[in-house]
Amino acid sequence: MKNTLRQIAHSPKFMIGFCMILLMVLSVFIYPLIVPGNPLEMIGLGTFFRPGTYVSVYDSVSTDKRYVIKLSDAAEKRLASKLAPEDREVMKTWLLAFGLPEESIDLENTEELLQLWRNTYDPELRFDNMTTAVRKHVQRTDAKLDSLLTDTDIIIASETDGTLTQSGAVGANDYVNVSEIANVRVLPLGTDNFGRDVLKEMISALGTSLLIGLIAGTIATVFGLALGLLAGYVGGIVDDIIMFVTNLFTVIPSFVLLILISFSISQTQRGTVTVAVVIGLTSWVWTTRSVRAQVVSLRNRDHVNLSKLSGHSLPRILVADILPYIASYVIMAFILQISSGILAEAQLSMLGLGPRTTTTPTLGLMMYWAMLYTAHINGAWWAYFPIVVLIACVSFSLNLMNTGLDQVFNPQLRG
Amino acid sequence: MSDSVLSGKGITKVFGFGDKKTIAVDHVDFDFHERELVSIVGESGSGKTTLVKMLLGLLSVTEGDIYFMGKKRDISTRGKKREYWKGIQAIFQDPFSSYNMFHKIDSVLLDCINMRGGAGLPRSKKIEMMTEACGFVNLKFAELTNKYPFELSGGQMQRLMIARIFLLKPKILLADEPTSMIDACSRATILDMLLQCRDEVGMMIIFITHDIGLAYYISDSVYIMEHGKFVEHGSADDVILNPSADYTKRLINDVPKIHAPWDFGKALG
Repeated sequence: MKNTLRQIAHSPKFMIGFCMILLMVLSVFIYPLIVPGNPLEMIGLGTFFRPGTYVSVYDSVSTDKRYVIKLSDAAEKRLASKLAPEDREVMKTWLLAFGLPEESIDLENTEELLQLWRNTYDPELRFDNMTTAVRKHVQRTDAKLDSLLTDTDIIIASETDGTLTQSGAVGANDYVNVSEIANVRVLPLGTDNFGRDVLKEMISALGTSLLIGLIAGTIATVFGLALGLLAGYVGGIVDDIIMFVTNLFTVIPSFVLLILISFSISQTQRGTVTVAVVIGLTSWVWTTRSVRAQVVSLRNRDHVNLSKLSGHSLPRILVADILPYIASYVIMAFILQISSGILAEAQLSMLGLGPRTTTTPTLGLMMYWAMLYTAHINGAWWAYFPIVVLIACVSFSLNLMNTGLDQVFNPQLRG
Repeated sequence: MSDSVLSGKGITKVFGFGDKKTIAVDHVDFDFHERELVSIVGESGSGKTTLVKMLLGLLSVTEGDIYFMGKKRDISTRGKKREYWKGIQAIFQDPFSSYNMFHKIDSVLLDCINMRGGAGLPRSKKIEMMTEACGFVNLKFAELTNKYPFELSGGQMQRLMIARIFLLKPKILLADEPTSMIDACSRATILDMLLQCRDEVGMMIIFITHDIGLAYYISDSVYIMEHGKFVEHGSADDVILNPSADYTKRLINDVPKIHAPWDFGKALG
């Protein structure tokens, strides 16, 4: 036993998988301590805020501590960030129509582009191959450029009784220190369609999904193990009945069954635990079959016969003489059941048949909402891609653990 | 001759049905007496082990009756089976698979003490009994305690099985080829211990083997089994020295002899 544990601890595959799972479980517990609050709180008014650091404009404008920093490239950077790619395209269209060779126009170099523009642009010029609408568009872009190039102070005014009084001004070289701003919120993965912090929600959802996997895996393993042990050891009519039911479940694809059961449970009752139980109850079949097969080969072993001759009872023989021999297999099946339970929840939720809850997030539900609000079309990758990666990581680490155990328990596999 | 301890009338075991029917044991009659050492000799597949399992109550009997201590055997409930197994025990062929490798050696011996009603004894008394049983088979209990079966050699394991029988003190011991997996040197020791154990406990031994020479060496009477039937039985001297069945003659001829050169031409021809 001790030797086996040592071997498991020395299996790199198992340890990598185990550490990954451990890291995920730890983050489920530790992250809420770092960023407290309800993970489902809708903090953003709007959908799909980009990942980044959000600094309160109000606080940064009204702060007394303001620093003047003169940077030579500040104006250029500002311009580059404000001059949208579409505007650059419009400028290029006009310059090409004017007759400049294409290779002389560098859209990336803002300074050079502006220089070129100032030297050549003439609002009065008309070209045959340019419609009036496009010409007007170019004129509007040019006007915008003018306003961009002026770097006068922005006046801050407060309103009392319909009259504005200047209360301050923000210059182009004014800076605030982010650490002195009262309200800064880092959203490492932005917000989702409801304006919820994706990272916080995702870590909370990971906890729920692991729990669903654990419940589903436990039910499937216990159920499958009990039936497999009975069918294999007792044999006869008991075996026939259990195998009949098992075969019945084998031929019906379990996912279809899962969909039907989930659909028939009323929406109000479909909580996370219910869904986990349903997943567990539809995935015991293969455990039963393989446990039965192993028990059939074990039940005629001499040590089992000897145990019978020593007057041991059926439960004792099952637990003491059969179970230890298949324990390694059962542990591996359990790990795989957890993994498939998590995947099944995600699949069900994608179909809208997952847990119907507004109080607990699950990985599947997050994917469901991201899909429903077309995050993939809107380019809001942060609303679904990290979740896909996380599900893959959970699955991967559990399977890695399983492979590691397999190599320890079945040394012939070690090539 | 002394009283009959185990006898059978028309014992039959059929596996499967229809086209796949296999008759493993076919209407076998026997009568075993107290303190006797009976050998059942036959080739692989002749039904020896099936018969042993039926006698032990591990396999159901398709047809026929078994009488234990003069009365018809009744093992319908678990309690009755337990009672029956106090009187009949077994040593199996493969010592390596006879032990649950997850349990320590102590638990194997403790089970025997418990089965003989010694569950309530003080621990020191139990250790004393285990030490005595191990001493009987030339093992040191102090060295074995807290060890797992796989830490022992095959010979030690099989000797421990005899120690188990010594503790259980059954009326009948079924020894199913107990020496076939043991090297030739340990074989004699183990056979001697079995015989000693018989004298000590006062039990009868049913010795299953495919080695007719070995059967002759140790048995009082011999049963020859072929295709599920007893083709010949009688005292060891009668059967081996004056075989009447062809099968017995063949078995005797197949025993390799060290001094006579083998006639390969005849064997192959």
